[in-house]
Amino acid sequence: MRRLAYIIQKEFIQVFRNKAMLPIMTIVPIVQLIVLSYAASNEVTNVRLAIVNQDQSAASRLLIQKVEAADRFILMDFPLSVEEGDELLQRGEVGIVLVIPAQFERTFYREKRGEIQLLVNAIDGQQATVGSGYLSSIIQSFNQEMRAELRLVPMQSNQAQILTTSSNWYNPDLNFKYFMAPGILGELVTILVMLLTAMNVVREREIGTIEQINVTPIKKWQFILGKMVPFLIIGLVLLTVGLTAAKLIFNIPIRGSLVVVFAFCILNLMAVLGLGLFISNLSDTQQQAMFTTFFFVIIFILMSGLFTPIESMPKWAQYLTIPNPIAHFVSVMRSVLLKGSTFQDVIYHFRMTGIMAILFNILAIWSYRKVA
Amino acid sequence: MKIFWAFVRKEIYHILRDRRTLAILFGMPIALVLIFGYTVTNEFKDASVAIVNQANDELSQEFIEHLTSSGHFQLVALPQTRDELETTFRANQAKLGVVIPPSFSDDFYRQKAATIQLIADATEPNYATTLVNYANQMIRSFQQQKNQMSEQAPYSVAVQTRMYYNPQLEGAYNFVPGTVALILMLICAMMTSLTIAKEKELGTMDLLLVSPLPPMLIILGKVTPYAVLSFIDAIIVFVLGYFLFDVPVRGSVPLLLALCLLYLFVALALGLLISTKAANQQTAMMTSLFTLMLPTMLLSGFLFPIPSMPTILQYISKVIPAKYFIQIEQAVMLKAAGWEAVAFPTLVLTIMLVVLLAAAWKNFKVVKA
Amino acid sequence: MPMQESYAIEAQGLTKRFGDFTAVDAISFNVKKGEIFGFLGANGAGKTTAIKMLIGLSRPSAGEATIAGFDVYNETERIKENIGYMSQKFSLYEDLTIAENIRFYGGVYGLSRRQIALKIVEITERLQLEDYSDKLVGELPLGWKQRLAFSLAGVHDPAIIFLDEPTGGVDPTTRRQFWEMIYEAAARGITIFVTTHYMDEAEYCNRISIMVDGRMDALGSPRELKEQFAAASMDEVFVRLVRGNSN
Repeated sequence: MRRLAYIIQKEFIQVFRNKAMLPIMTIVPIVQLIVLSYAASNEVTNVRLAIVNQDQSAASRLLIQKVEAADRFILMDFPLSVEEGDELLQRGEVGIVLVIPAQFERTFYREKRGEIQLLVNAIDGQQATVGSGYLSSIIQSFNQEMRAELRLVPMQSNQAQILTTSSNWYNPDLNFKYFMAPGILGELVTILVMLLTAMNVVREREIGTIEQINVTPIKKWQFILGKMVPFLIIGLVLLTVGLTAAKLIFNIPIRGSLVVVFAFCILNLMAVLGLGLFISNLSDTQQQAMFTTFFFVIIFILMSGLFTPIESMPKWAQYLTIPNPIAHFVSVMRSVLLKGSTFQDVIYHFRMTGIMAILFNILAIWSYRKVA
Repeated sequence: MKIFWAFVRKEIYHILRDRRTLAILFGMPIALVLIFGYTVTNEFKDASVAIVNQANDELSQEFIEHLTSSGHFQLVALPQTRDELETTFRANQAKLGVVIPPSFSDDFYRQKAATIQLIADATEPNYATTLVNYANQMIRSFQQQKNQMSEQAPYSVAVQTRMYYNPQLEGAYNFVPGTVALILMLICAMMTSLTIAKEKELGTMDLLLVSPLPPMLIILGKVTPYAVLSFIDAIIVFVLGYFLFDVPVRGSVPLLLALCLLYLFVALALGLLISTKAANQQTAMMTSLFTLMLPTMLLSGFLFPIPSMPTILQYISKVIPAKYFIQIEQAVMLKAAGWEAVAFPTLVLTIMLVVLLAAAWKNFKVVKA
Repeated sequence: MPMQESYAIEAQGLTKRFGDFTAVDAISFNVKKGEIFGFLGANGAGKTTAIKMLIGLSRPSAGEATIAGFDVYNETERIKENIGYMSQKFSLYEDLTIAENIRFYGGVYGLSRRQIALKIVEITERLQLEDYSDKLVGELPLGWKQRLAFSLAGVHDPAIIFLDEPTGGVDPTTRRQFWEMIYEAAARGITIFVTTHYMDEAEYCNRISIMVDGRMDALGSPRELKEQFAAASMDEVFVRLVRGNSN
């Protein structure tokens, strides 16, 4: 046991003495957290819009006012024809063109119907759907207003209505930062620790100190634990700092128990450290270790539910998220912080991550050869 | 000239010998395309819904069936109370809750006005909005169906939406250009900076600099294999995009490839610049990662829309080469645009290339002197 | 296999193969306790591979060996408790101070805190670096690193110390100083097993062996070998050996 303490002591000394890496391990992740939380938002705002108003009636002007008031669109231009509008789309100067056809007002009052056209740049499917969706609901509400003005007989007696009320729980303002920051923090802590671990071991192998260690009576598990503990602690420190920063800067809610969060973090880091060590045991050079880790990290992140929901993935892909430590961490962070989920609620993630921790560390110990 | 080829050959040996890195250099683009194509999507199908059915009558059963009939919604739980619904949310079992009041039938048939409550787990704002919108649509269609309305109510304004360039709303149209930009940057910039930094670390760089060989030739020799490799990767992505996800190249292919090369050179110049500053591999890697990879992924506009970012980030995105390259790709591949559409981004990339090369050259001279 | 009390190292037909290539070809030899045994050979003759088998880093393909009485197949961990090792690369932690390196290796070998404190004093005094115990090892000149590495190899007072090409890259004076340390250790009863490709260092050993292409082609004291090969120096012995081989 004492031998383990000596190993851990040495690791810490080395970590703190590495002046170049210290900022990378502390400041850089925090900066990333902040930048990412601001940048990573799928919110649809500031959509650039052009309006082709071939009607020029009072009604059309009313509609345009409503669109402006909605605050999600930037009115860029008022082209005179649909062809001009097409060109604006082509050049990428606007994302949507709204066309109010000629005689719109007259047709509405005389023939009791109307049609508005939306021409949408659909390359980004989600932006297109949500953006045109917003415009649609503005147009619908404009429609309601016009009908109300006509003071129509409300409904014939055999027309029943279903009204809906909707409420948004946990994040009533639909604040994207609440959504992204916890997940990003979880992801950052994980990948930093994984990267550092993988590089560390390979570096020792490159300079020859691993061989020296192998000649001593150190046991494999002592060596591996000795590598893990310092990085585990670094990960936890980063998590703490990150949570504090997120709270101070974004004011994210902390509704659940932080004990659960930290306990899960420890388990998650153990799994990830085991994986990092396993990768480094199989790598010959630092470059290989970095690249392999990087490869895993990118795949983990993209499939973690951080940016797009796991629910949207095909079933086979959803199964692949089970051995993905980041997916579990992101889910736990979001559930506990935003929804106040308890340990029981997220016990599934604990179980899966626990299995991964055991599995990856067994692989790490097995793949570490003291004797060639 | 022979010197040049000697360096090219040496670098090729390095690359070929490192099987693992090679596997990743080819495997990563393929993996990215597959992941982006199949899993990174906002599509919703089988969205998990929990229904608190306080009415428990025939009408509510019909309603539930209608709601889940399209395949977009999947009923996962039937909590009895709002508290139970809360637990369902907290355990991440459902993302949308629908509360049907006990007097549903009565309200609908007699009072002609029933109210359904939609409760969304808004942890994921966009998803929540989409679910609520769709639920509203389904409720409207249920209402119409029950009322046997065959025609539209009078004084309705219909909205006709035409989706340009990507009528099927294929996610691939958005991400294939982005993936190419990412891969080119990754390989050209990062690998280049790493390989030169490694020579510096080993001390062999000094050897080369001290020799009478023109340094530019040496650098070019080291860098060429990576340029070729990344170009091949880009083509792989285009091809995969076409065959797996039907992403077309509606415009001119030569134009696309030519501008691809331009972007590639910009990436190489970036890699060179970083390598002149980095003392060893670790620093080179970290610098590439944070100043190139992450901004390219996040601020180029392909994963997240730039207009919804805070102003300062929007300004930063103006100096990211990937942003302009993606514009070019979209214009040529999807909009079938000609020269006019790509003139501006091409100009920007060319200026970037010149500036970066000049900076790298200056740093290099300092080192040599 | 009967354990001979007086032998520190015993090897019988020790072999290591890598696929078709035989790096070490059935070498057999004994090293007495307290002896300074030189393991000579040209680069690539198989010295490093052989030493790796003896210190428990590499599993032999065939043959037998015991180190300090322990078997190299089954008792590698016991072997490691009783030996010290200094590799070609010195394997010091350059970003740690002298004292921190001693503390680490001492701790790893199970020394108590008091023992470690004593060792720090002892080693820094012996190296005449008492005022520099807080200096980073990376800042030391090569000769000092070398001697520090040797001291670390012996921090736990092992029965045998293995040295793999310890004097590479230093000038002859520094090499001579290093060998002083080796003599001193041997005088204290430690068996020294040292590989080298410097033939003049052979004269410093009690007995030597010369490996050629994986085989042990010569074994004996320097004087015996010079007589055997009718040579005036070890260099000559080596040349005759190699030339004799290629005939």
